[in-house]
Amino acid sequence: MPEITYLEAIREGIVEEMARDENVFCLGEDIGAYGGAFKVTDGLLARFGEQRVLDTPISEVGIVGAAAGAAHMGMRPVVEMQFIDFIANAYDMLTNYVATARYRAFLPCPMVVRGPSGGYVRGGPFHSQNPEAGFVHTPGLKVVYPATAEDAKGLIKSAIRDDDCVLFFEHKYLYRRIKGVMPEGDHTVPIGKARVAREGTDLSIITYAATVFKALEAAEQLQAEDGVSVEVLDLRTLAPLDDEAIQATVRKTNRALVVHEDTRTGGLAGEITARINEQSFAWLDAPVLRVTAHDVPLPYAPQLEDFVLPQTSDIVRAARAVLSY
Amino acid sequence: MPPARSAAPSRAPRATRAAGDAAAADAPLSPERLLELYYWMRLTRTLEERLVALYRQTKVVGGLFRSLGQEADSVGSAFALERRDVLSPLIRNLGSMLVKGATPLEILRQYMAKGDSPTRGRELNIHFGDRDRGFIGQISPLGDMLPVMAGVTLSFKMRGEDRVGLVYVGDGATSTGAFHEGINFAAVQRCPLVVIVENNGYAYSTPTSRQTAAKQFVDKAIGYGVPGEQADGNDILAVYAATRRAVDRARRGEGVTLLEFMTYRRKGHAEHDNQSYVPKGEIERWERENDPVARFTQRLTGEFGVATATLEAMDDRVRAEVDAATDEAEKSPPPQALDALVGVYADPPRAETLWYREGDGAVVEQHERAEGWGTYAAAPAPPKAD
Repeated sequence: MPEITYLEAIREGIVEEMARDENVFCLGEDIGAYGGAFKVTDGLLARFGEQRVLDTPISEVGIVGAAAGAAHMGMRPVVEMQFIDFIANAYDMLTNYVATARYRAFLPCPMVVRGPSGGYVRGGPFHSQNPEAGFVHTPGLKVVYPATAEDAKGLIKSAIRDDDCVLFFEHKYLYRRIKGVMPEGDHTVPIGKARVAREGTDLSIITYAATVFKALEAAEQLQAEDGVSVEVLDLRTLAPLDDEAIQATVRKTNRALVVHEDTRTGGLAGEITARINEQSFAWLDAPVLRVTAHDVPLPYAPQLEDFVLPQTSDIVRAARAVLSY
Repeated sequence: MPPARSAAPSRAPRATRAAGDAAAADAPLSPERLLELYYWMRLTRTLEERLVALYRQTKVVGGLFRSLGQEADSVGSAFALERRDVLSPLIRNLGSMLVKGATPLEILRQYMAKGDSPTRGRELNIHFGDRDRGFIGQISPLGDMLPVMAGVTLSFKMRGEDRVGLVYVGDGATSTGAFHEGINFAAVQRCPLVVIVENNGYAYSTPTSRQTAAKQFVDKAIGYGVPGEQADGNDILAVYAATRRAVDRARRGEGVTLLEFMTYRRKGHAEHDNQSYVPKGEIERWERENDPVARFTQRLTGEFGVATATLEAMDDRVRAEVDAATDEAEKSPPPQALDALVGVYADPPRAETLWYREGDGAVVEQHERAEGWGTYAAAPAPPKAD
């Protein structure tokens, strides 16, 4: 099997699910004839036709609402946000309507909202966001954010099959930089399960998406320069969080650093730190620290973006602080 | 005596843009069907009057929303649908839901927050639905049901099903982005959807003059490239005929129609609202001159030759039904607190109990629904009376 990119892995997952289940269809802006702003849906229109690959008006509320309505009737829509930043436009529909549908009205909403997320690409304030925290906070939604090509394919397939709404964040920095060989057959990855990206014994770095690779770089550097063994936990799913895996790695290494690209205040790192505090305080040899973006909108210029976002050197510095406590 | 339809000239229909294209829509209803219309309007009104009594006894634990004076537009429009069709009601469409199969017992249990209410105490008032009977539960943010119903009807189109959708919005909801995005999406996709703007003069306290600079809501149809029609919302036969034309059009694959029904909200936004913002005498004038039940009664006994005794017997039947439902609903148990944790997701089926509330978990297990609950194939189990 040849290597394919993270982006191609997502497309392969969608294509396989559309071929497997005729209720699966895609809708979004410029996804059909054009193949999507990043070409994730390239070729789908030719293969599946206009009935199953819908080019829509620029209407995030309309698209998400329509997906919910179709999902109620047994369809499995896959919505593309052209950039995940625009999911904010559909915040009401997702949090008030979709997230509550099963609970308040016993209406299933098996749908996926997916889109290119994240920075390190000089995209500026509206093409670089990581808006996952607001949705992780909303009961009724599931949130997935893969880092590897294998997980991207396995998780998009699981997301499409899930009986609830799954928000599928795709890191655009990883789209064409990360490659993998897909496992044979019907490859799915369970939602809600983290992955140990690197085994270690002295410190746990808990992270997800693009910063998984920065954490791995930092781990290499710490091994080489300091002789310490760092474990890296890739969360993969943010809602529901894999508590078991988080507590297991902390109890193994007794030290934890939480890293994410999203801004600091109200970000996932706070929640993860609280859970470690509640469940594994007695195992800790040091306070849990965070490496995150600064609390500012993400600026465009390389000098500004690189300063605001977490870098490998930040992770190394913070890891040394936790290790030397 | 109920007046003719010109009684309230300022809110009478001003334009008809898409009338007369379906003979079936204008075919006279049979005497039985006419009496059915009367039954549903009377049931709506009597049930709401009962709810007022229960509200005053504090048995309705939340707000109470009335549709007094608007019964014709709900009942008449829902009556134009087939059983397989799907509608999405708003807060003043109790009548539409009753026509679609919601029962007084369900409504009463729902308002009284009973454990065997359609939402098991999770939602208020008439916020509930049932896909089998063809109505989708609304949410409070206005306009949101329009995109949802665009999607429901998109699924009909994609699957080649002979089904139509109908969505109600108020004059206020037309100002939302969701309204615009939803009707535009449905129009572009030619979804089999009927959009009804119930123009009752007020959105909470805000009059239509503060809601839009458009002369009339039906004018918005032009901008979306769909046919529009305005009708007298207090004339149930006009409502039925206009809706039927739009439904037939949707069924023929001709897409969305925007209907504007002119009516009037005689009660406040909810029962607590004293309507201080309404010009003096306006409510009384509508009650006196343009009550939809009175108007239909006059036509039934006049032009259709129905005996007054027949209608009185139906009123008695309705009262007896509402009495029986009230007795039944009062006996219903409240929900068990830990049922609050069940059913946010299909998987996991329940949220974890916080540790300082542990020890009551067994209640949830006992109350949890069995396999298949909440999935597409399984409709909600019918409510059980304990």
